Amino acid sequence: MFGWEFPPHIAGGLGTACYGLTKGLAYHGVKIDFVVPKVYGDEDQQQITLHSAEGVDLTEKVVNFGKFYEQMRYFEIGANIVPYLSPEEFSILVGEDVAHESAKTQKVLGRKFRFSGSYGKDLMLEVSRYAIVAAALARQLDFDIIHAHDWLTYAAGVAAKRATGKPLVVHIHATEFDRSGENVNQQVYNIERMGMTEADLVISVSNFTRQIVISRYGIPPEKVITVHNAVEADEREREQYKKYLPEKIVTFLGRITYQKGPDYFVQAAVKVLQKDQNVRFVMAGSGDMLNRIIHNVASLGIADKFHFTGFLRGPEVTKMFAMSDVYVMPSVSEPFGISPLEAMRSNVPVIISKQSGVAEVLKHAIKVDFWDVDAMADAIYGLLHYRALSRIFKNYGKSEVDSLKWDNSAAKVIQVYQKALGL
Amino acid sequence: MKKVCIYFQVHQPYRLRTYRFFDIGLNHNYFDDYANRNYIRRIAERCYLPANQLLYELITKYKGKFKISFSLSGVFIDQMLEYAPDVLESFQRLAKTKQVEFLAETYSHSLVSLKDKVEFQDQIRAHSAKIEELFNYKPKVFRNTELVYSNQIGADVFELGYEGVLAEGAKAVLGWRSPNFVYANPICPKQKVLLRNFKLSDDIAFRFSNQMWDQWPLTAEKYVSWFLAHDSKDEIINIFMDYETIGEHQRAESGIFEFLRYLPEEVLKHPKELEFITPSEAIKQLKPISPINVEHPTSWADEERDLTAWLGNDLQQDAFNKLYEMQEFINMQQDAEIKKIYRYLQTSDHFYYMSTKWFSDGEVHKYFNPFGSPYEAYINFRNVLNDFMLYTGFTCDIRHDLERLKKVNRRQEEIILELKHLLSVTEKNKKRAVPKKKSTDTSSIKVDKAEKTVTKSKSKKETTKQKDTQKSTQKASEKSTSKTTQKKINNKGN
Repeated sequence: MFGWEFPPHIAGGLGTACYGLTKGLAYHGVKIDFVVPKVYGDEDQQQITLHSAEGVDLTEKVVNFGKFYEQMRYFEIGANIVPYLSPEEFSILVGEDVAHESAKTQKVLGRKFRFSGSYGKDLMLEVSRYAIVAAALARQLDFDIIHAHDWLTYAAGVAAKRATGKPLVVHIHATEFDRSGENVNQQVYNIERMGMTEADLVISVSNFTRQIVISRYGIPPEKVITVHNAVEADEREREQYKKYLPEKIVTFLGRITYQKGPDYFVQAAVKVLQKDQNVRFVMAGSGDMLNRIIHNVASLGIADKFHFTGFLRGPEVTKMFAMSDVYVMPSVSEPFGISPLEAMRSNVPVIISKQSGVAEVLKHAIKVDFWDVDAMADAIYGLLHYRALSRIFKNYGKSEVDSLKWDNSAAKVIQVYQKALGL
Repeated sequence: MKKVCIYFQVHQPYRLRTYRFFDIGLNHNYFDDYANRNYIRRIAERCYLPANQLLYELITKYKGKFKISFSLSGVFIDQMLEYAPDVLESFQRLAKTKQVEFLAETYSHSLVSLKDKVEFQDQIRAHSAKIEELFNYKPKVFRNTELVYSNQIGADVFELGYEGVLAEGAKAVLGWRSPNFVYANPICPKQKVLLRNFKLSDDIAFRFSNQMWDQWPLTAEKYVSWFLAHDSKDEIINIFMDYETIGEHQRAESGIFEFLRYLPEEVLKHPKELEFITPSEAIKQLKPISPINVEHPTSWADEERDLTAWLGNDLQQDAFNKLYEMQEFINMQQDAEIKKIYRYLQTSDHFYYMSTKWFSDGEVHKYFNPFGSPYEAYINFRNVLNDFMLYTGFTCDIRHDLERLKKVNRRQEEIILELKHLLSVTEKNKKRAVPKKKSTDTSSIKVDKAEKTVTKSKSKKETTKQKDTQKSTQKASEKSTSKTTQKKINNKGN
């Protein structure tokens, strides 16, 4: 399996999804070699073996981290090829790189590729280096099928397929259209299309994405199979957070980029605040649209009820959910969208856009078109004012989320494998 | 001889328009005229007009032998008057044949039978008056919204003179017994209950066009052969369904009209074994075989045949309770328009749209549902209700005032009873015992006074005065009670 991140070192939903999926696959007895650009050493390798691509010695030596578990190995490829990265996250990641640099070089033996560690003009170069390493690695390892997650690893997947003749499954967590709207990066699009075309089968995380794959990339429908994401069972006790504000809190949490629809959230806030001053809106996260949104909020004169938190880390996210009365995900285009599930797990009612994959699996959520600001505002108002509504969400929401298990998704992925292998 | 009793339910709700919270306080148009007109027109073309035409032809053809019955909800009638006078005419033409019976129900197709007996009976009266006005026919048999029935509901309509009621032949109620007999209501044994044969009814309503069904395609001949195959002791087969089944739920392409066209012919081929009957004839001609005990309300919906489709979750219960909190307040209003809107809001469909059951129970619940999810339906309804409360001036305070007044009234009535009782006791004692000190007289005078103030305070509107009088009543009663009791003790001592 080729990925680019693995918990706890993740920038987006992909690492979490890969982790959940590999655990689910391991549950069904599938053995996995997982290749990532970088291994930090503190990843959960109980089910898998992580491989660092950076550690791959092209003179046929496999890096040994002293942690070889039975079912999964984990490979690292030293590249910061993370497609959606906030400025803060990026600097942190790069900072971590430096910190880990010394440890890594000590561990690694033999000749290896040095990945630049910068995200920018070298990206394409790194993608192709990753592919070269992948091909080398594929010859060393014993496996039945190649599974590549998102476009950065498609070249690697295709290289591995050409090197070994084993079937390739590519997994679409997001397409270039989700990331960039209509202004797609042609190079990225080409790689995506090449990956999907070369693959034996394509897995999409939702029917919403499947439709994009079929219509925008021209992939035959019978080749594209939807396997919805799930959520990791969470046994942790939720800390009870005491609210210190009398007002109800409505939260947006995510990258503040075009794709996530933050401006629709602002417009809905204006509508709600016209009727009801007893609400505060919180926008948590950062992104290229942040400054524009702040400017917008100020000029609309709602800044006294509209707050920005910046980028939130793990425990802060939990706290934010605990404080929230409503969670809104107004994404313009969201292949899946795992954060509403996290909100529901914290007993927070959610409003999600119909243009999201998660809307296909959730019943106990209010679904609106991202552009339908009236409906969004109305749903926010309803959730804040009609107690029966939040009560029913508490009754049903959490159990619904808990029923979305990775085991089930993994079982579907295994069916895809079997189909690809012609079994 | 088995009787075949066919009854069609004709109902369409006044659907609410998308009503946002920013409309609250500004806009008091709650109903989606455009959508409602479209639905009525569409169903008129597909079902009401062609089906009425067909039934008219059949009734004329089989003079006096083919009979059917309808229940037209008041909200349907109102929409028909508004959007489809041609449909009304076709029903009137059917009514003139005298082979068509119209049943009584609640005007607004509401679930008020579960909530408020007085309003329930009012709604039935209003409906019955409307039917009489339009069709010159006074309904004799009652069917409740969605066939909701219990012993108590039966008794409530018996008070209005309905000796027959329609109900679901629910397995939970019948057990091993057959729905194909007339039963009696155990708490008013004169009332007869006709039970729906859900198997045969749903063969048409749900399965008719289902090609996966092993009996597909269903012909009139085959269907009637099932009537005959039934136990020969069976007395009546009750086929109850939505009228929209003909042509709308089961499209014309499915052959439903041909099925209906040949149904009477197939039945009448067996003149010794089968005949058509209307509900009122059935309750006149057939004797109940035994009482049927229905303590908890049943309905004709879903597998469970209970109320969970309308009142199964918190959203539905909340909306339902909030709506009926207004009942007494609305009773006091004079404005006919307000009363009309209030009744339209009670239509059961509004609660049906809030059902979370359709997540699992599928297609039927989605039918004609203008909302994407139960949550949207609930928010929309609550927005409307909030505005309606503002518009009519119903506030929490008024509700509390009303409740307090009711409590005060109740307490005062108790006091009056208590005082009357004590008065009679003292008077008895007075007669028996030798007349004593004057205190007896004074206390009885005080009692009279207390009674007067109580009756005075009954004039509702002056709440503040009420408080005072309440106090004085209480004081008076306290005084008088203490005195009279003392007196009593004295008398006893003597």
